[in-house]
Amino acid sequence: MAVEAKLDSRRNPGGVPKARPPKTRINWSWLGVVPFFAFAIMFLILPSLSIFIRSFQGPEGQFTFDNIVAIFHGRDFINAYRTSLTISLITAVGGGIFGFLLAYSVILGGLPSALRSFLLTFSGVASNFAGVPLAFAFVATIGNAGLVTRIIENVLNVDIHARGFTIYSIWGLSIVYMYFQFPLMVLIMAPALDGLRREWREACENLGGTELHYWRYVALPILMPTLLGTMILLFGNAFGAYATAYAFSGSFINLITIVIGAQIQGDVLYNPGLGNALALGMIVIMSLSMVGYLTLQRRAARWLR
Amino acid sequence: MKKTNYFAWFIFILGIFYFFLPLFATLEFSLRMKKGVYSLEAFRVAFQDPKFYQNFGYSLMWAVLTIVFSLLLVVPTAYWVHWKLQKIRPVVEFITLMPFVTPAVVLVFGLIRLYGKPPLNLTPTPIPLIAGYIVLSFPYMYRSVDSGLRAIDIRTLTEAALSMGAGWGTIISQVIFPNIRVAILSGVFLTFAIVMGEFTFASLLSWPAFGPYMEEIGSMRAYTPQALSLVSFALTWTSMMIMQRLGRGAKGEEQVAVAH
Repeated sequence: MAVEAKLDSRRNPGGVPKARPPKTRINWSWLGVVPFFAFAIMFLILPSLSIFIRSFQGPEGQFTFDNIVAIFHGRDFINAYRTSLTISLITAVGGGIFGFLLAYSVILGGLPSALRSFLLTFSGVASNFAGVPLAFAFVATIGNAGLVTRIIENVLNVDIHARGFTIYSIWGLSIVYMYFQFPLMVLIMAPALDGLRREWREACENLGGTELHYWRYVALPILMPTLLGTMILLFGNAFGAYATAYAFSGSFINLITIVIGAQIQGDVLYNPGLGNALALGMIVIMSLSMVGYLTLQRRAARWLR
Repeated sequence: MKKTNYFAWFIFILGIFYFFLPLFATLEFSLRMKKGVYSLEAFRVAFQDPKFYQNFGYSLMWAVLTIVFSLLLVVPTAYWVHWKLQKIRPVVEFITLMPFVTPAVVLVFGLIRLYGKPPLNLTPTPIPLIAGYIVLSFPYMYRSVDSGLRAIDIRTLTEAALSMGAGWGTIISQVIFPNIRVAILSGVFLTFAIVMGEFTFASLLSWPAFGPYMEEIGSMRAYTPQALSLVSFALTWTSMMIMQRLGRGAKGEEQVAVAH
């Protein structure tokens, strides 16, 4: 009791207020990230923000929904979005499935391990081999005088172009995009497949499950978030592509990126606000897909560590 | 089990076929410039053009500038976030991932509209171009530096160095940098590969570079574009191989760093 009282008086001798209240210390450490944030604001956030604001501005700077409405009235714009979305969807699903099977074949398919590292190296290169040179490579492959075209013409005696086939179409461009799409899938799926534990398969087998049961009820549900998430990534990858399409088909295929590119080079729409609204549409679609990706990624992280 | 094996081989061969057919076709195409015989004429023509070296030189310059400024921005920031400001890490990560949400065409559009006229007219300078490339490099640069920093104990190393009286210059150059050198270099080579062939920014901002040059040749000539395409592929391939080699060394190096 006495000790307690003593302690108490020491803690607060005579009921006098404590020494000065602790000064609110300014945390100076945030100064270290100022250059980075200044840069990001100036060259990433402000440009995006300006697109957003100007999408809702008329020629005199007044607030308006006209630009947004104009997108839905102009048939060309809706078509451009539709073409871009179609190609992105085709190459995301196609590239996703094929990339998954390819990753599966080298990781779990019992192929020699040398092939595995070879494929992963090549995927690293191929997923970065896009743009102008990729377009030229495919012109040489399936273009009018391309190798495959000539082989088909000479060996099979079929003139594919006479039959109305052209590579400057959604399908042609999809074949080109696939070249950087499925390697990206391989790169992301390979570690995920590696993360499947042997114990899971053994547990399934011990319970009398077959190979099919294992994939249907164990492996695929575990991999699904990664699988879908990566497909969304591929979708965005194709949706934002400009250089490949521009060099491959010029303005033959009316992608939304091509329309925006043309708007930058000269105000072809005669309406700056409309250009902003079209760009905003892309940001909105990309943001939605990114939200989907991050959500799925979070789910995937539960199992694959 | 045997069945799976055949299937796996089938898929693998199909994949390899898809990978190599365009490359082979490009090579074959580039050799056909002289009628009736295979020759290196297209390469000779490509390498004889003084504009090839000019534009290639410009791209090299853009790449070096991008890498230098990207490193100056990313490395201290990632280091500082690791050491002092763990709380804002998600924000920084989000910003470095933003290029995935804002496609290059859209970013260029925004930059031109914002900095293409007074009060702040930057388009006569290469600042928007380099800034755009830096933004493009963020996801790769930040991720590799971040994982490099994660592998070593930043706090202990920094505080040990501080308590021994090291200044900031010494800490960065003698302690932190050697430990994340490999991580930095892999970010550097990836950025290099991306900038060297980049088309969208350079073309829309009207700066000379290898990408727009290739496109221009593509609309003017046959066969030479394919030769240039192979040059570009070799460049990407080399950068990636160097990165892989470094990556292999990285494990050993990281272990050494932790053991110390």
